[in-house]
Amino acid sequence: MSPRTKQNRSMKLIQDGLWRNNPIFVQVLGICSTLAVTNLVLNTVVMCVALVWTVAMSSLTVSLLRNYTPRNVRMMVETLIIAFYVILVDQGLKAYWPEMSENLGAYVGLIITNCIVMGRTEAYGMNNPPAGAFIDGAFNALGYSFVLLIIAIVREALGMGTLLGYQLPFFSSQYWDKWIIMVMPPGAFFMLAMVTWMFKSMQIRLGSQGVKK
Amino acid sequence: MEGIAAQSWQAFVVCISAVFTQNVLLSYFLGMCSFLAVSRQVKAAMGLGAAVTFVMVSTCLLNWIIYYHVLVPMGLEYFRLIIFIIVIAAFVQFVEMVIERYSPVLYQTLGIFLPLITVNCAILGAGLFMLIRQYSFIVTIGYSLGSGLGWWLAILAMAGIRQKLAVSRIPAGLQGPGIALLIAGMMALGFIGFTGVLAG
Repeated sequence: MSPRTKQNRSMKLIQDGLWRNNPIFVQVLGICSTLAVTNLVLNTVVMCVALVWTVAMSSLTVSLLRNYTPRNVRMMVETLIIAFYVILVDQGLKAYWPEMSENLGAYVGLIITNCIVMGRTEAYGMNNPPAGAFIDGAFNALGYSFVLLIIAIVREALGMGTLLGYQLPFFSSQYWDKWIIMVMPPGAFFMLAMVTWMFKSMQIRLGSQGVKK
Repeated sequence: MEGIAAQSWQAFVVCISAVFTQNVLLSYFLGMCSFLAVSRQVKAAMGLGAAVTFVMVSTCLLNWIIYYHVLVPMGLEYFRLIIFIIVIAAFVQFVEMVIERYSPVLYQTLGIFLPLITVNCAILGAGLFMLIRQYSFIVTIGYSLGSGLGWWLAILAMAGIRQKLAVSRIPAGLQGPGIALLIAGMMALGFIGFTGVLAG
């Protein structure tokens, strides 16, 4: 393969992960464990970093081992590989950032069952060479992260009047009645629905204007 | 050690609160993926709900025993993620084989959902929460039963609503998961109304 086509392939993987085949609003995978942490931006950032690391590394590992893994036990092997990376994150957080580990609670461990990790290793890592698998995993996770960050920023600003713990000028003043509902569970559902609606409509509109799909 | 009666009462309270005020799905977002995928038909939702409840109670109890009687004495607590997921996967596989062998009828209704359950975060989530909150064995029975029933209730209600949605006009961008999330949000609001139930 010439370097030129190789570059195009990577470009395509990146665009797919970030936009066309975005894990949240197109594939609708992996919203389970991470909706709960979007009430604070800082928690979300840590969670997203953990997720990017897990998806990229496990995709890479699965891809490296793909020729040695028997077909019928592959789910088990994938799960164990994912669990290995998640345990690294979990123990790392416990050792160096105990407060954060406490905040995130069980949700770090739940990355194991986050469907997006399994989905990417199964859909791409299992059948493709390592470099592509790494890019695919990393950019799917980034596509996932940017949607979550939007949700987290809106939720924290409207619900608590802060951003990363700092007071925002208008939202923390007495003129803004804090929307407590935004930091409660229903707020997460509503925000995710809104964001999905917005991006999906944008995709439909872009598609109908004859932009190449 | 507290008395059995006190623990049973606590188990009951935890069970009710896991169904209503702290529903696994609507306030902890666990099991969202299969919730969105399978909640199109009431019948399928019924089957999946039953399967999840059964697997949740069994694996939570298994995991409780393994954690406190094997991992803690050996000082291997950090291994719990791997052990739990193996226990869940193995249990699901085992149940699938048993059902297939002895009850083809049950297999027809539950069988197709069993593989989905291994990656259902609600099961692993319930196991992790039970450790974080340090429930005793008896309380864990109540907690896992309540969590399962709560998940069942939520997916069943959702499926009922979504069947009606099939005939309504929804904006193109909101179709599918979008509208389901909006409804889930409203259901979560409704469930917040139960908050006062256990105040006393």
